[in-house]
Amino acid sequence: MEPYKKHESIAALMNRSNVDTDQIIPKQFLKKVERSGFGAHLFHDWRFNDDGSDNPDFELNKPAFKGARILVAGDNFGCGSSREHAPWAIADYGFNTIISTSYADIFYNNCFKNGILAIKVDKNQLDKLMAEISANEGVRFVVDLENQQVTTPAGNGFSFEIDPFRKGNLLSGLDDIGLTLKHVDKIGEYEARHKQTFPWLWV
Amino acid sequence: MKKTMYEKIWDSHLVVDAAGQAPLIYVDRHLMHEVTSPQAFEGLRLAGRKVRNPHSILATMDHCVPTKNRDLPIADPIAKKQIEVMAENCRENDLNLYDMKNSNNGVIHVVVPEHGFVHPGMVVVCGDSHTATHGAFGALAFGIGTSEVEHVMATQTLPQKKSKTMLVQVDGTLSKYSSAKDIALAIIGKIGTAGGTGYVIEYAGEAIRALSMEGRMTLCNMAIEAGARAGLVAPDKKTYDYLKGREFAPSGKNWDLALAYWKSLPSDEGAVFDAVIALNAADIAPQVSWGTSPEQVVGVDGAVPAPESFENESKRKACESALAYMGLTANTRITDIPIDLVFIGSCTNGRIEDFRIAAEVTKGTKVARGVKAIAVPGSYHVKHQAEDEGLDKIFIEAGWEWRDPGCSMCLAMNGDELTKGQRSASTSNRNFEGRQGKGGRTHLVSPAMAAAAAAAGHFVDIRTL
Repeated sequence: MEPYKKHESIAALMNRSNVDTDQIIPKQFLKKVERSGFGAHLFHDWRFNDDGSDNPDFELNKPAFKGARILVAGDNFGCGSSREHAPWAIADYGFNTIISTSYADIFYNNCFKNGILAIKVDKNQLDKLMAEISANEGVRFVVDLENQQVTTPAGNGFSFEIDPFRKGNLLSGLDDIGLTLKHVDKIGEYEARHKQTFPWLWV
Repeated sequence: MKKTMYEKIWDSHLVVDAAGQAPLIYVDRHLMHEVTSPQAFEGLRLAGRKVRNPHSILATMDHCVPTKNRDLPIADPIAKKQIEVMAENCRENDLNLYDMKNSNNGVIHVVVPEHGFVHPGMVVVCGDSHTATHGAFGALAFGIGTSEVEHVMATQTLPQKKSKTMLVQVDGTLSKYSSAKDIALAIIGKIGTAGGTGYVIEYAGEAIRALSMEGRMTLCNMAIEAGARAGLVAPDKKTYDYLKGREFAPSGKNWDLALAYWKSLPSDEGAVFDAVIALNAADIAPQVSWGTSPEQVVGVDGAVPAPESFENESKRKACESALAYMGLTANTRITDIPIDLVFIGSCTNGRIEDFRIAAEVTKGTKVARGVKAIAVPGSYHVKHQAEDEGLDKIFIEAGWEWRDPGCSMCLAMNGDELTKGQRSASTSNRNFEGRQGKGGRTHLVSPAMAAAAAAAGHFVDIRTL
């Protein structure tokens, strides 16, 4: 995983709530056995017309949002299936930051495993950010994870909360499994107790 | 201190709780299917790591498998590869796999309970959001992403944040044709698809006690549709009777030990939940979803709502776009909505009880002209049991297709799908845009409601039949 660095990027606007993982990456793309290449299919059914051409009415096809690394979206983003293909597609497309009021649990976890910072803001703050983007499409926000700050040209900046463990992993780009395996002795001890307490699970 | 069932399971599975790190919890059972696992095995291989506890894993193939002509090679080359990779990964790591040709094959969340692989008090994960199903046994069961699948294979643990607890109390008695599915949809209609975010739900009350194990599985299955991490039902005699004698259930002296432990699991009297929701089962009419989110649902005696009826702006907008996608006009009576296809199956409603009630409604009817109806058992065991009971004949005589098991039209990865503009009555769990095929329109219902719709060609209030 790439370490997450402070950056200034275009913020794209997706003013829809309950965007589900079936939309983020439709099921016809879930048959691949690799992790890469999902960005080409991100939001496929909204993004492309039936003939495969770009749907000009889809927000991310707006020229002003090309190259955006920040996605500002409505409530309950990423609900539905557990498919990690959703954050793989989002990251592969180029986003490394999402800003919304809320996320589905599994999707939220999956983001942080893939170098995506999912920022939670309140409704009032989200409305301000959405208004700023609407008024000035192509506007660039600065995201500073180290200091937990987002700044915007119109002064709608804010600071955000994040779990220190998730923050640390994003900043260092550390592998979760490696971190857990530091406790391999504790896991072994737990298993020894587990076998005593729950012998029927080890038959 | 008085504890909820969730807190008891959490506490007994805590491996490490160190400052500055997410708590590590131990995973007892790991379920697998072909779609969310290949990249996890690849990651493991690349890092030179091994599966820590192969005996904790049970795998099946369900998402991509054809539900007819199983003896022919899979036509879709990418699906075929995914199936082959799954078989190879399981072989290489010595895992128990019920492959496509195995008589135990079926949808993971239908197969696992059939073999007694999940018990009360366990922590169970799977790279699949509908893992919540197994909460029916009083196990903490939740869906994870592929990185976490790899994590569990390598370490048998998972870093987890402790959830808040929500009690959903359903008292009263369901009317004859309302079911666990209707309770699940009514709850989501009440609290919304994000209503349970951050929570583990415990379902309790007279109406939940009255549900069969199959019904409890249906209910917990859709906890994820309410946004919850997991759903739980306290184990009771029904749970123990269901488990006894199954392949992976404890036996002999171990049965007694296990039973004593299971009986200690229910939430303590007076344990405090972070949120409490109450419903009366008697008020729950058979439900029909009208929109593109499971929270957009109404009783069959109701009508499609108008956007203006929502005070919340984002719900109003969501209603507008759902009506446009679904091709529906506000205030249309639900019973006036015609359908093109009926699907009974999935991890939500693909169990024997679902086919029994659907067959009862179907008996002596014919599928309406222009409607296609498919019945897809959740597993070969369900299929064979239904055939032993003669249910297949009832469906076939009425003009239904009787298929082999798989996820099929629940997510339409295997070629069973809606075409653009087609409308389904479906016993599955998600009515998202394009879920059953691009441009397809899904209405979520119970098996009895689906069967009645197949015969009528539109939704009917089964209470009036």
